[in-house]
Amino acid sequence: MSILVNKNTRVVVQGITGKEGSFHATQCKAYGTKVVAGVTPGKGGQEVEGIPVFNTVADAVKKTECDTSLIFVPPPFCADAILEAADAGVKLIICITEGIPVNDMVKAKRALRGRDVRLIGPNCPGVITVDEAKIGIMPGFIHKKGVVGVVSRSGTLTYEAVHQLSTLGLGETTCVGIGGDPVNGTGFVDVLPLFEKDAETQAIVMIGEIGGDAEEKAAEFIKRNVKKPVISFIAGITAPPGRRMGHAGAIISGGKGTAAEKMKTLEAAGVKVVKNPAEIGTVVKKALGR
Amino acid sequence: MNVHEFQAKQLFARFGVPVPRGKEITSPDAAMAWADELNTPVLVVKAQIHAGGRGKAGGVKITKDKTAVAGLAKELLGKTLVTHQTGPKGRQVHRLLMEEGANIAKELYLSLLVDRDTGWPTFIASTEGGMEIEEVAAKTPEKIIKEAIDPAVGFQGHNGRNVAFGLGLQHIEPAVINQFVKLLDNLYRLFMEKNAALVEINPLIITKEKTLVALDGKVSFDDNGLFKHEDVQQMRDLNEEDPLEIEAAANNLNYVKLDGNIGCMVNGAGLAMATMDVIKLAGSEPANFLDVGGGATKETVAAGFRILLKDPNVKGIFINIFGGIVRCERIAHGVIEAAKEVKITVPLVVRLQGTNAEEGRKLLAESGLKLDVADDLWEAAQKIVKLTGKAA
Repeated sequence: MSILVNKNTRVVVQGITGKEGSFHATQCKAYGTKVVAGVTPGKGGQEVEGIPVFNTVADAVKKTECDTSLIFVPPPFCADAILEAADAGVKLIICITEGIPVNDMVKAKRALRGRDVRLIGPNCPGVITVDEAKIGIMPGFIHKKGVVGVVSRSGTLTYEAVHQLSTLGLGETTCVGIGGDPVNGTGFVDVLPLFEKDAETQAIVMIGEIGGDAEEKAAEFIKRNVKKPVISFIAGITAPPGRRMGHAGAIISGGKGTAAEKMKTLEAAGVKVVKNPAEIGTVVKKALGR
Repeated sequence: MNVHEFQAKQLFARFGVPVPRGKEITSPDAAMAWADELNTPVLVVKAQIHAGGRGKAGGVKITKDKTAVAGLAKELLGKTLVTHQTGPKGRQVHRLLMEEGANIAKELYLSLLVDRDTGWPTFIASTEGGMEIEEVAAKTPEKIIKEAIDPAVGFQGHNGRNVAFGLGLQHIEPAVINQFVKLLDNLYRLFMEKNAALVEINPLIITKEKTLVALDGKVSFDDNGLFKHEDVQQMRDLNEEDPLEIEAAANNLNYVKLDGNIGCMVNGAGLAMATMDVIKLAGSEPANFLDVGGGATKETVAAGFRILLKDPNVKGIFINIFGGIVRCERIAHGVIEAAKEVKITVPLVVRLQGTNAEEGRKLLAESGLKLDVADDLWEAAQKIVKLTGKAA
């Protein structure tokens, strides 16, 4: 068991002929992921490391029955690429691209609403189910099969947490990077119930950041619905205020957004909040009674 | 990216949002000439800096005497304004906005931004114009009206009416309701077409002549959308930005200057923030946030060193790299090469973890460079704090 992706997941890489796309498609394949297709408009018929390239996602779906897309398309064309994947019938879209204009994402997110498709990201490291499928840019070797589900807004900080979990012998089930952009496809509250239901996952690590109110929403959800131990670190307690989007941004989320407030809210919901990022692993270990 | 009030108002005018007649002024002579041309009973001279609270800091002057404007311009140009948003050092005034005064009957607040929660552009309005919206939200949240706009269809008339009647304009001044709805429509167009991140008018006034005027204006743009707008890029004022932050941006580094004395260089924004946090836990303060990105190379590491060492507060440097796709031995080579080019005069602690970390640490240890190597985050933080001394 695992969440979102497994050894049967069939992946199409959009933007596969670019530098990033070809490198990571190869890395994912080497990890054991079923990378069955690539898409770059105008380059249909070519191959990248034995992976057939198609002109459109619709073509790739028809010929290879891919069900998940991994996107490396440059920011100006990325919202279009997300919608192309959705229109072609792909059910899970994982978007790595960083730097998509917020208003492009506003429109793309609206267009996906109510449809049977999940978007992860953008601006995220992707999703990995240990020893089954790596669909993203994370280094596969730091992961070890185990019992902890990880969900995070960050990239390298997730690797740090995973490294600690693996070193302590706890290991991970699935790690999900939801991305750091203000408008994204999947939030903590979408991933938490999947981990709660997953039989293999015994504890959940949630890594948040300052800004927005995703952590507060997660706290609310955890209080009501999550029985498994949740361990959380919030980055940015030393970040200066006012470097975000000014006053009005904080108004919408009801004056929330600082690391201290997020930690307080999570603690009140029964989450074990880790103050020192170097101690994420040991706190999880204790929570699991090991 | 932020722009000046006069630039925001130029944009407003282009999108049909009414503003006072005004002009950017950079000399007392120009002020006199524009006062003659304006030929209006009340003149307003406003210092242009990227910070709020200018009025309280003495950056806004009002006069009925048109011959006084040269003196006012002379007084304000070159003056350093200290407001609650500039920090204690303040910000020097290089340009002014000079415009006609208005007959204020009522002040409103209006802004538009994307609600992170719903992902929809959302208007925020209040009858408490001229006040800090944060204060209004804290003390009288019932006075704040929010209206989300469905991005699939864009602004609709009823969105505007919901805000107008929500504010009670039918009681305040019914004659401006239609203008108000039109103004919101125009603001939404500006927001979407120009990839704005925030548009704020505080105050939006109802004049005694029963018209609406944006008496102040603030626009920030989404940096990710700037590539679409040559005209917006040209509004950038480098005087308003920290020189080290400009240099960092030119090297594709994400740098924010802070007040502590441990310089940090980290790959990834989340880990960079966590590194700042761990420095604080170890008893000191970070001098900066510096994300060298996923693809750190010798060049980016060298640029990072140069920027960190230009900050006179930096008493030690902490490099924290979690090698994923970036291999640690490459980073180690980068540090060694960069250290040859840039003279490093302060203690240096390098923590490498992830891909080929051991090889990287070995390279550093054998390089002959004066530095400490660590493999654990907490150990590394304690080392650098010990080497630089705890914060006072």
